[in-house]
Amino acid sequence: MRGLGSLGLWKNLAKEALDQTAIVAKFLCLLHVTNTYLCTATLVCYSFFFLLFIHLSLLYTHISIYMIWKEFKWISWMQVYGPSMLPTLNLTGDLLLVERISARLGKVRTGDVVLVRSPENPRKIVTKRILGMEGEKVTFLVDPKNSDRCQTLVVPKGHIWIQGDNIYASNDSRNFGTVPYGLIQGKVFCRVWPPSGFGYLE
Amino acid sequence: MGSQKFLWNVAKKYFTFGLITLTISDRYASIVPVRGLSMSPTFNPSNSASLGSLSDDYVLVEKFCLEKYKFSHGDVIVFCSPSNYREKHIKRIIALPGDWIGSSYTHDVQKVPEGHCWVEGDNSASSLDSRSFGPIPLGLVRGRVTHIVWPPQRVGAVERRVPKDGLSFY
Repeated sequence: MRGLGSLGLWKNLAKEALDQTAIVAKFLCLLHVTNTYLCTATLVCYSFFFLLFIHLSLLYTHISIYMIWKEFKWISWMQVYGPSMLPTLNLTGDLLLVERISARLGKVRTGDVVLVRSPENPRKIVTKRILGMEGEKVTFLVDPKNSDRCQTLVVPKGHIWIQGDNIYASNDSRNFGTVPYGLIQGKVFCRVWPPSGFGYLE
Repeated sequence: MGSQKFLWNVAKKYFTFGLITLTISDRYASIVPVRGLSMSPTFNPSNSASLGSLSDDYVLVEKFCLEKYKFSHGDVIVFCSPSNYREKHIKRIIALPGDWIGSSYTHDVQKVPEGHCWVEGDNSASSLDSRSFGPIPLGLVRGRVTHIVWPPQRVGAVERRVPKDGLSFY
């Protein structure tokens, strides 16, 4: 009899655990959809407060821990750092808001700062500015440190020309050529951290 | 008032279901139809004798490969077209970064750049692939085809196959 009683107890526990897991799974799906299709916050260097927030709210089932690890890895691959976008973005530690809707609808324009998956390494995402959309003519300094030589080309259909704001220290379309539009991950529209630089990016 | 609550409940259920389906299809696997004949006879083998040959093949596309972007020669992949990001194409990977690819028609050989891959359709005669638009960045890949799930008589795994013709030495 005692065995049967504890069986009922286990059943209740299992049911409760399943309910909690369902709520967590739904929340993570909502997080994924918001991140992929609407808007996400990208860390331009370190991400410890994101990790803290996620861990504090979801630290109680095995499934959620596994998915947190996956989410964190995914977010961490969006860290971008380096001097290629000075003076617009700082060297380290900028937190940006990236929206995904414009890229999907094709509303990205010349002059936007975008997140692009690097054509040299698909696991790396870089932040650059679009200087030319398809059909536009782009003039650029081939090697600004050594010479004043300029080159002009027309961007082919379905491609874009990206360049970092700091042309002296930027690995961009001047090195790897035009990139297909399908590599754009999102458009940067706002800087959240540091608070001194808060506001829309020009 | 009761019907309003009922409608709200139904809407919530549909919304949750939509969210979960979208997440699974983005991160794990999804089922897509194959259009066109560029991958005959692997997909859509055009066979005018059999009935129902007009319906497309449906294939299972897995997204786990997008974590590490690790592909092998002969994988069939789904990727966004480099000339129109809204279109998706299905082709087979012939060469990976660092490989040399050459065709039997022209005698020039080119090296596939880092982070790119060379894709070709199985049906060389009617396939718009890397022979026209060059190697594509691996970042455009959206998934890897593993199985055919429709029509039932052709259900099975899609094999990795490297074509013998067309020079490609590693």
